[in-house]
Formats: sequence, C-alpha cells, structure tokens
Amino acid sequence: MLTIKDLRVAVDGKEILKGIDLQVNPGEVHAIMGPNGSGKSTLAYVLAGRPGYEVLGGEVIYEGENLLEMEPEERAWKGIFLAFQYPVEVPGVNNMYFLKAAVNAKRKYLGLPELDAMDFLKLARDKIKLVHMSEDLLKRNVNEGFSGGEKKRNEIFQMAVLEPKLGILDETDSGLDIDALKTVAEGVNSLRNEERSFIVVTHYQRLLDYIVPDYVHVLAHGRIVKSGDRSLALELEEQGYAWVEEAASA
Amino acid sequence: MNTLVEVTDFYTAEFEAVAGRLPGRELDWLQALRRQGLKAFGRLGFPTTRQEEWKYTSVRPIGRERFALAVETCVGLVEDDLGAARMPELDAHRFVFVNGRYAPQLSRPGKLPTGATAKPLAQALREEPDRVRALLGRRVRADENGFTALNLAYFTDGLFLEVEPGVRLERPVHMLHVSIGQSEPAAHHLRHLVCAGEGSEVALIEHYVSLGEGTYLDNVATELALQPQAAVRHYKLLQEGAGGFHVAAIDAHQLDDTHYRSHNVCLGGALVRNDIRADLDAEGARCELFGLYVTDGRQHVDNHTRVDHRKPHGTSHEFYKGVLAGRSRGVFNGVVYVHPGAQKTDAQQANHNLLLSRDAEIDTKPQLEIYADDVKCSHGATVGQLDENQMFYLRSRGIPEPTAAGMLTYGFAHDLVEHMGLEPVRHLIEEILVRKLPHAAELQGVE
Repeated sequence: MLTIKDLRVAVDGKEILKGIDLQVNPGEVHAIMGPNGSGKSTLAYVLAGRPGYEVLGGEVIYEGENLLEMEPEERAWKGIFLAFQYPVEVPGVNNMYFLKAAVNAKRKYLGLPELDAMDFLKLARDKIKLVHMSEDLLKRNVNEGFSGGEKKRNEIFQMAVLEPKLGILDETDSGLDIDALKTVAEGVNSLRNEERSFIVVTHYQRLLDYIVPDYVHVLAHGRIVKSGDRSLALELEEQGYAWVEEAASA
Repeated sequence: MNTLVEVTDFYTAEFEAVAGRLPGRELDWLQALRRQGLKAFGRLGFPTTRQEEWKYTSVRPIGRERFALAVETCVGLVEDDLGAARMPELDAHRFVFVNGRYAPQLSRPGKLPTGATAKPLAQALREEPDRVRALLGRRVRADENGFTALNLAYFTDGLFLEVEPGVRLERPVHMLHVSIGQSEPAAHHLRHLVCAGEGSEVALIEHYVSLGEGTYLDNVATELALQPQAAVRHYKLLQEGAGGFHVAAIDAHQLDDTHYRSHNVCLGGALVRNDIRADLDAEGARCELFGLYVTDGRQHVDNHTRVDHRKPHGTSHEFYKGVLAGRSRGVFNGVVYVHPGAQKTDAQQANHNLLLSRDAEIDTKPQLEIYADDVKCSHGATVGQLDENQMFYLRSRGIPEPTAAGMLTYGFAHDLVEHMGLEPVRHLIEEILVRKLPHAAELQGVE
C-alpha cells in the first residue's frame, strides 16, 4: 500500500529526514517511536502533504502512485488521513458543515452522489458514538474552545467519518489522560480491519498497550535505526532512548 | 476642468433651480439653514487628500461628476422589485425611499405603539416643523465638510423617528433606500433624525440598495439623540451598486446610561465613506460599534469612527473587520478621545483585516487620545492573509483549496454577523457573503 524509499526531507534548509525506508501493507499497524526531534512528526506531515517541506531525495509510492506529487486534498480523497498532534482551531466554521464538505468532496472525487444534510447527520450521529462525544460537538466551530481531549477525540471522529485507507496518528496520545486515551484507542481499534492500515507516531509506548502494533520502528536523527515487533516498544520503555541515540550517532 | 469655482457654481445654480421644490420651502428658518449649507459648500468644496481626515480617500471621482438632484419620477416599482432587500422574514415598520424620496406604495409603516412617531422627514416638516427644528443640524453640522454642507442645503427627505419616554418598539424600523440609476448622475441627499426618549428602546435598520447601473451619490446625514437610559440598535447595511457613491455622517449623542449599538456593514458601492460618531456626554453611557466591510474589484471603503468619552464610567467597545480582495482598498480610522475628567472609562477597539489578494490594500489607524488617568483603554489592529495552518488542516480533510479559502474567509467575517440580534438581517448578510466570497457556490448550506 505504501512504500517509502530513501526519503530525505528538509525544513527551512535543515535536513530532518535522512533516508527513510518503510513498507506498509494493507491491514498493518506500524508504530514509529523515537525521541523528540527525531523527525517523527515531519514524516507524518510529509505524508499528508503539508506545504513547507522540501523533499531532497527518495520517493513515496502510495497504491502505485507518486504520493509526493499530490495536493493534500487529493491525498485525502485517495484515502490518507492525518490525525494532528495539535488539531487546528477554525473560528467561524461549523464542525458539521466542515465535515460534510470534506465527506462530499471525497464522494465527488469517487463519483458517488453527495450526501444531503439528513444523510450526513445520520452518519455523523452514528460515528460520534465511537468516541463517546456529545452531538453538541457538531454544532460548535471546528476545535474552537475544545479541551485537549476533545480535540483528539474530534480527530478520531473525523477519521471514522472519512474512512481512510491509511490513518496516520501523530502523537495522538500526547496530553491525554488515561480515560481519554482508552476512548481514542477504542475508536481506532474499531476501525482496524484487513484493508485499513495505520501509522502510529508516538513518543511513549503507553498508547501501544491499547493500539497493539504489528511492527515497531525506532526513529533517531532522521533515520530508522531499529525495527521489530511489539516487544521492541517494551524494550524502549525499559531502557529509554539513550541507546538508540548512541546507535544512531555511531 | 474642475476648479472649486466651477463646482460651486454648478451646485449653486442647481440649488436655485430646485429650491422651490425642496420640502419645507415655506419655513424661513429652514431656508436660512439651507442657505447656510450652500454657503459652507462654496467655502469648503469637496474634501481633498491634503486634509488629514481624507488623506487615504480621494473623492475626485465624485468631484468630477455633476450630480443633479434626482428628478421626481413615478418609476412604477412594485414590491417584488425590491427582492431580497425586503427581508420577507423581517417583521418591521418599513419605510421605502426611492432616489431620495418617500415611496408610499412600497412602504408598510404599520401601526406604531402609542408614543412613537415614525414618518418621512418631508411629512414631519409639514406636520411638526418645530420638532424637526429642535433636532435638525444639532449633531451633523453644515461646516464639517462639503458633503454635510450639501446635505443640509439639498436634503429631500429621510426618516423622522421620535420615541417618547418609556416606549419600547417591539418591531424594528426598516428604512430601505433604493437607488435607480438614471441617464445622468443623480444625487440623493437624505437626512434622518432620531430622538429616543428616556428609557425608550428602538431598533433601526438603515438599508441602501441599488437597482440598475447608473452613477449616483447617496449623501446621508443621520442624527440621533439618546435621552437617559435609552437603547438604540442601529443597523446600517450598504448594498450600493457598482456605480454608487455613498458618503454618510452618523452622530449619536448619548446621555446618562444610554446604550447605542451600531452595526455597520458595507458590502457594495464604488466609493464609500462613513463617519460614525458616538458622543458619550453623560455618566454611564455605553456604545458598541461593530463594522464589517467586504470589498473586491476597485471598491474603496473608508470607515472613520470617533468615540468621545466626556464623562466618567463610560464604556465603548469597537470591533471592525475587513475582507479585501481584487484591487480594492479599505481605510479604517478609529479615534477614541477620553476627555479630562472622564474617569473609569473602559474603551476597547480592534480592527482586523484579511487581504485576499496582493493588490488589495488597507490603511488602518487606531487613534487613542487619553486625558484622564484612571481609565482602561486598549486597541489593536492586524492585517493578514489566510492562516496556513488552518488552510492545511482543511485541505488535509479533502476540502479543495478554493473552498477552504472560502470557508476560512466566511468564518473570519461571520464573527461580526454573530453579534447581530435581528435574525433576518443576519440571514440576508450571510446570503450576500456566500455570494460574494470566492467559490461561494460550494459554500451553500452554511448555517
């Protein structure tokens, strides 16, 4: 589904990703772990198409196509979804209307009839239960005045509504208490199936107790320095990132 | 050729030609006032950019034209011609003016509560000239500039609204001014007088629309007097046409514990200049000035506001926002003047602007002058483009870039619409915004 080959990316002229290789197949969950500043969020943003990232080399093939040439909205239509570490507040834009516009843009791209207000509301009501949020959320402006936990839940809710093929979670666990973390993880788990893949970016292994990955990769100084199964995450928790840093600089 | 003498000669000759047809011609005091206006115009002419108050707004396009007083034509408009401007949802006392004159066939004044009077100014001059005399020209003087001078000389009509103490108008008063382009440039000089008695409450909608293409000038003066504890909500909606020039002076005089709230929304017009003043002339007076201007093409919109805090415990809250596209230009100049002794004044002012194109321009100037020491005053002005983080967030959800830009722009502007109490007015503005903003078609369905 997704093949990253020797991807090198710079931000403001500084090389952050220094040659990433990663293969994600349908239905797999890959965790990307690493210390602060290792390039985890950069990888997530580059995959979603955030402007301001300069690709120095390498390639990203998504379902047989060059992902890096696509506009962010096109990536979304083709099934990529980024759950933001810091979901953006959009004053004056109603959550319901925002999400309906997103759903219908994708349906239009796929050649499906657009949902009317009633159909959309039905869909939204159904999905919002997944993250245990009140329907009032739909009437509020996008993320405006939301608590940290509400923002993260809203991301998962959006993901549930948009039904991506590849979900990228960027530090979705940061700033969440244990109850909110469980809710978010349950939401993600309910979306797991044989077709849908996830890349879970996290600093802490705690989230991986709830979203159990198939693979764990450790990112340090812009490179994947170690890959393994779930036990690698537990090992990291015990030993910290110091040895990884050493391995990377060696 | 466009010298002051020529301009003055034209408007003087024109005045002599029409004076006999202006309302109140039998009233000596009014004739004297009109002559004063004409004389002041001869002295002042139209303002120039050499004057500080007009530095960023050139009215040469107005000075170049020769605006004759619009002729009285029975244009045979019917109610349907007014379209959405009627605001069918709005339950109001409706006064329609066409080309500066009252149009009874289109108006629905309805029954006002006892103690409230609303009528065309020309009619008030016939029926209660002394009341008009007591109010006319007290707040907007002839010698302010060429426009106020011409207005006093030439005004043909307007609204006369008087509410006695303790009377509360349940329904708003909607004055709808329709300009119909004619073959020659025409001027509509309107004068509105509002007197809100002690403890009274009234909502007023001053609404300008255009049918047709012609060049015209709406030159307006609105004088409001608020007796103690009176509350006036004043909406001004501008939907002038592409050939429409609009210049207006609004002055609210506020006594103890009065509340004046102004919503000034500029959505159309080639060149617009508003001077809005709130004079907090007694203790505990409060004013709120909200403004929104959305411009494109080569439009020019200039809002000058002035709040005078003369006595203690006054509050002013001013919030203006602009969205500028194309090669349009905006000007915001907000004076807050805290006079000596106006202690415990609480004055806030903010002006935020969104520039949607490289060629759009805004000149914003907050101006605080504070001569009292125990006050709370703040101001801020920003000019920016669409927020990149917000744009990316929307696009990452699959919303195409132009739609995302439209949504964010709408959200930016909508902030000001939310403050409006009258829902039908809010809906009308929302509809216009959706039509005006880029890629609006995709924005249908906005709540």
